[in-house]
Amino acid sequence: MATVVHPARHYLNDGYGISSWLLTRDHKRIALLYLAAVTFFFFVGGAMAVMIRLELATPVGDLVTDETYNKLFTMHGVMMVFFFLIPVIPAVLGNFLVPIMIGAKDLAFPKINLLSWYIYIIGGLFTLYALVAGGVDTGWTFYTPFSTVASTTNVVPTALGIFITGFSSILTGLNFIVTIHRMRAPGMTWFRMPLFLWSTYATSLINVLGTPVIAITVLLVAAERVFHFGFFDPRVGGDPVLFQHLFWFYSHPAVYIMVLPAMGVISELVAAGCRKPVFGYSFVAFASLAIAVLGFLVWGHHMFVAGESVYSALIFSILSFLVAIPSAVKVFNWTATMYKGSVSWETPMLYAYGFIGLFTIGGLTGLFLAAIAVDVHVTDTYFVIAHFHYIMVGGTIMGYLGGLHYWWPKISGRLYNEGLAKLSAGIIFVGFNLTFFPQFVLGYLGMPRRYHAYPPEFQVLNVLSSAGASILGVGYLIPMVYLMWSLRYGRLAGSNPWGAVGLEWTTSSPPPTENFAETPVVTWDPYEYPAADVEGHVA
Amino acid sequence: MPEAVHHHHPALAHHFDDLEQQKEAATLGMWVFLVTEVLFFGGLFLVYTVYRAWYSEAFAVASHELDVTLGTINTAVLITSSLTMALAVHAAQLGQRRLVIIFLVATMALGAAFLGIKSIEYYHKFTEHHVPGPSFAFEPHEYARHAQIFFSLYFIMTGLHALHMVIGLGIMTWMLWWAWRGTITAEYYSPIEVSGLYWHFVDIVWIFLFPLLYLIGRHVH
Repeated sequence: MATVVHPARHYLNDGYGISSWLLTRDHKRIALLYLAAVTFFFFVGGAMAVMIRLELATPVGDLVTDETYNKLFTMHGVMMVFFFLIPVIPAVLGNFLVPIMIGAKDLAFPKINLLSWYIYIIGGLFTLYALVAGGVDTGWTFYTPFSTVASTTNVVPTALGIFITGFSSILTGLNFIVTIHRMRAPGMTWFRMPLFLWSTYATSLINVLGTPVIAITVLLVAAERVFHFGFFDPRVGGDPVLFQHLFWFYSHPAVYIMVLPAMGVISELVAAGCRKPVFGYSFVAFASLAIAVLGFLVWGHHMFVAGESVYSALIFSILSFLVAIPSAVKVFNWTATMYKGSVSWETPMLYAYGFIGLFTIGGLTGLFLAAIAVDVHVTDTYFVIAHFHYIMVGGTIMGYLGGLHYWWPKISGRLYNEGLAKLSAGIIFVGFNLTFFPQFVLGYLGMPRRYHAYPPEFQVLNVLSSAGASILGVGYLIPMVYLMWSLRYGRLAGSNPWGAVGLEWTTSSPPPTENFAETPVVTWDPYEYPAADVEGHVA
Repeated sequence: MPEAVHHHHPALAHHFDDLEQQKEAATLGMWVFLVTEVLFFGGLFLVYTVYRAWYSEAFAVASHELDVTLGTINTAVLITSSLTMALAVHAAQLGQRRLVIIFLVATMALGAAFLGIKSIEYYHKFTEHHVPGPSFAFEPHEYARHAQIFFSLYFIMTGLHALHMVIGLGIMTWMLWWAWRGTITAEYYSPIEVSGLYWHFVDIVWIFLFPLLYLIGRHVH
């Protein structure tokens, strides 16, 4: 490798002190603010998961009471969904990369970008308050009428926390949409954009169209609790199922808010890891948009047992099956990209392999659940838990960690310890499967979700799952250590340690505050790897 | 216009190439924001539609309790405020600072008048025990349960609309300050234009709320 020079001036040394961070408008610094915040909430949500798995190590409820258990899984869901999975990739990697990837100096609205971080923090504080004030026990789904008239726990502070945090998603999405439309460098046409931007754009559309609906929905729940208004209360003729419709109208697309950005990351990792253009670029790009659109039309599959009419259920079932098409397009195209590629075994690629395998399992079991008859059998069982953890943990977190490792040299200017990184990627993969695969079996055998005790015959599978969770936890802690370590002791990365293409690798690592010395002019297609790269390795 | 002039304009943010790009970004940003607002109110309109279809008779009876006269006056007030807002944008485009200030003040006065009339209506509903909750009372009694849903929707829909008006008045105060100190010029008027978009949107929400809450079904009884 050629000698690498650390740039004298970059965004990390452009101002010191707490206010240079807390009042920054630099998208790269805001990305790091988000990185710190989402990591914090990840470990808060993770602590709940530890308690849940410890309780489930034995069939009887011996560690926590049933009421505490209800609060544990509720807060685990709320923290992980609203404060980690939804913001994590857009707010950390998206914030850092969107302007750089299109050759812009910043997002279109830097102040609004900072504002959205503060909104996220305020929403998070509300929810943390709800947690320390005694928690909330409705499940992250807040189903009425339990949440509006029966529960005696902190529903309103949690609902307000989610309401507030929603505006952070909306503003981030709005910022990305406007930035991608209006700030692209000369020559950066839509079809020259990296696929990460297509998926970020599709995600932003969902953020902008879906989040307001959950905002009004939780507001109605809060109004019903506080002012005794009647919207979903059967006593005045209100319909609790209407709440479910409104809730899932956002919360199903929210799954795609979580996984689409990860798919964007994987496209980048696969192209760089195979030194080839992504196979069928425009299909992968449009698959992102197709998932965003179809994602809005399938919410009813969460309500097959909620008194939905047979005909609605049929339509929702068919539409849910359709989501498999663009999802499969992506998986097949990544695989086709690897075919005859110079396939790398570096850490980011390990996460990409993990993602493709686990997302495939998560997606295919989603088809089981889209089939009405099977869904009725496994509704509210651990099968559902396993399915969505394969998508969210196996998909989103794998994508996020892969992206974090891939762009870490760009973000920090330093290289992490590759050996430890590979080791932890392996530990995470093993721990993940050991945690969640037994849950498919448990669910199929009939173990319901959300209970702190279970029949003794389920213990072996539960112990396997709890053991896997402890391995997974170790796997998540190791990157914390070596990534922090690399900030000070890591080798200098140079501007392009992977030999990858893309505008972010043309600027220094870490980039200067204004991203590029002068605005780049783009004259090439995305992922234009020199032919020699591929041929040299294939031979 | 030469490039150099753009670069020296005090209102040009560092990350934009020129004022034109900055204006386009601001306008698109507001349109996207208004889309989120459509979905936000859209959730309410959905809930309204479902219950209106199920309990149409109770909703018709309950809507009789609203004051159509005050509602009509308020509709006229709000439409007029949209006119003065549009005139303020026009004056800003022409760089007529004095007219901008006059029309903004007129817009704010009309907005405040709307909120005043709305408070009178709220006060009446309060004294008539039409606020949902334990003290809710409604005659004829057979419609009382479903009328409670109607009034819940009435208060949340008009209340959130009024909240948007209050935010709008805040934005107008800000714009008034910018116009006063001369930031708004014929070259840089996009803040007024974008604020105008917001104001018109809030008006349009009312244009839907008024018939849905006050007018539909009145002829039945």
